[in-house]
Amino acid sequence: MAKPKTLFDKIWDSHLVNVQDDGTCLLYIDRHLVHEVTSPQAFEGLRNAGRKVRRVGATLAVADHNVPTTDRSKGIDAEDSRIQVNELTKNCRDFGVELFDMNDIRQGIVHIIGPEQGFTLPGTTLVCGDSHTATHGAFGSLAFGIGTTEVEHVLATQTLLQWPLKNMRITVEGKLPAGVVGKDVILAVIGKIGTAGGTGHIIEYAGEAIRGLSMEGRMTVCNMTIEAGARAGLVAPDETTFNYLKGRPKAPKGAQWEAAVAFWRTLPSDKGAKYDKEVTMKAADIAPQVTWGTSPEDVVPITGKVPAPESFASEDKQKSARMALDYMGLKPGTPMTEIPIDYVFVGACTNARIEDIRAAAAVAKGRKVAKGVRALVVPGSGLIKAQAEEEGLADILKAAGFEWREPGCSMCLAMNADKVPPGKRCASTSNRNFKGRQGPGARTHLVSPAMAAAAAVTGKLADVRKLA
Amino acid sequence: MQKFTTLTGVAAPLNMINVDTDMVIPKQFLTTIKRSGLGKGLFFEMRFDAKGKENPDFVLNKKPYRKAKILVAGDNFGCGSSREHAPWALLDFGIRCVIAPSFADIFYNNCFKNGILPVILPKKDVMRLMAAAEKGSNATFTVDLAGQTVAGPDGERITFDIDPFKKHCLLNGLDDIGLTLQHGKKIESFEDKQRASQPWLYR
Repeated sequence: MAKPKTLFDKIWDSHLVNVQDDGTCLLYIDRHLVHEVTSPQAFEGLRNAGRKVRRVGATLAVADHNVPTTDRSKGIDAEDSRIQVNELTKNCRDFGVELFDMNDIRQGIVHIIGPEQGFTLPGTTLVCGDSHTATHGAFGSLAFGIGTTEVEHVLATQTLLQWPLKNMRITVEGKLPAGVVGKDVILAVIGKIGTAGGTGHIIEYAGEAIRGLSMEGRMTVCNMTIEAGARAGLVAPDETTFNYLKGRPKAPKGAQWEAAVAFWRTLPSDKGAKYDKEVTMKAADIAPQVTWGTSPEDVVPITGKVPAPESFASEDKQKSARMALDYMGLKPGTPMTEIPIDYVFVGACTNARIEDIRAAAAVAKGRKVAKGVRALVVPGSGLIKAQAEEEGLADILKAAGFEWREPGCSMCLAMNADKVPPGKRCASTSNRNFKGRQGPGARTHLVSPAMAAAAAVTGKLADVRKLA
Repeated sequence: MQKFTTLTGVAAPLNMINVDTDMVIPKQFLTTIKRSGLGKGLFFEMRFDAKGKENPDFVLNKKPYRKAKILVAGDNFGCGSSREHAPWALLDFGIRCVIAPSFADIFYNNCFKNGILPVILPKKDVMRLMAAAEKGSNATFTVDLAGQTVAGPDGERITFDIDPFKKHCLLNGLDDIGLTLQHGKKIESFEDKQRASQPWLYR
């Protein structure tokens, strides 16, 4: 009998084009997403070498990082951003790559539009010049971020040089308590294993709590897998996956759909498959999470307090905690729910899907954004924006005082005009609380969409479970 | 790509864990469409204050380290964003080797594509090198890729591990695309088989 394989092993083994004696693997890449920030130098490389894009049909481009989230009819104000977006348009035209431009309703954040269009499919290898490519692992696609030189390599050859990765399985047992969502699960995972806990590994998520998540929730979990140091997260495809994909524009149709589903059902890890590392958590132990520092591993339950640097075991961590508290302007022992906020951002490839906007709107309904707080909701794509408007969510949010904006990466990394000013504090549904991430001097607290909305209406970090 | 054989130069100590690529090169420098000129943005928010004035306390602003060719850092260097602008910025500043107990995977890979050698050493060795690097102008290290050694100012050689293929490509300054295209026939036959078994992947 053949050796039992994990989901990762199955995808990896079936994409090997060549294996060298020294173990270097040439891996075939089925899907390639391209955005404006990490691709110009790659296209320039192709042009200089007189090369073509090997499979335009396996490549999809979109501008997301630099685009304004306000009225776009007049184009982009900032010259360098405009040049970069125009460069993508020109490169896609020259090389024949399909592009969703800024005024296309399908435009949005690259990791949101891939799944939304059915471009992301189970059992595939998928790459993008962006670390949050891990998102697509929610579909049982081996998906990881790459650098620009590798973007050029994939454009030219549809392959990548890779070295075997280790398998880690994280099992979240039992059902998630009320008010606890995918964002809380992944923040709790990162809190447990640390930002380097997954280095050299892919992480497969399993257990009842993961199976119970919607595709949106699974995407949130896989998205932040990179924040745990692992290049890719994986969730085995199941009925939830197939139901999400069925009928999407780029998903297979008719007899091919049936054949594809039959194949996808063979992908989950075999019984008895071995993992290099196993971590088990109980869903019941997870409360809504919030970060206090400048690394995603600096996380506590909302019922917790700002920790004292001395409470950490290693000297390195004590030092980084002191620097983080200084940057964040926080004192040890402060209850998290007593921290006032200035900004709220609901958006990013982590949490800008329809379910996230519904969660924020459910909290906002009948309430008002607290005085002195500026709250932004930035949908993940034009299609999500339209759906949210149709469902009445946009009206609820606007009535509560939230700004309702055009899709893009926005205040997650503040490459466009959406920035948190220096020293201001933001409850954010994004993925990174690094120093300066949301703008120079900006202070970020990572939370789920419902928790962000709760912060908006109370003016402080708040436990969404306690909002009557 | 520039070859990496041996490198002798001043080593700068950056005794911090989790140095992320947003720190290495913040987003305002990512709107470029070129690979060059990013040195000015390296560690921007630590190197300069809000008015753009140099922060005299930051290591790369101190005299001997302004010409550093080697960086010694803490665990999980290069975590976060996949931006290759991070190694481009290091390279443009003049840093061609980073020594740390561990690196984030994407950054580690990106270094090799740009002629930068990331050296992983046990923490106790990194801490010894960190202490040596703190000696200012006496902090000259020699890194020998062929021999896989780092020698600090006291001359003691520390051996490091490296993947043989990555080493070969770096030593010879080889670009991957040319190497991969030698497997063109294998790529074609892979596609033929996959097109037959999973036709939905081809549109």
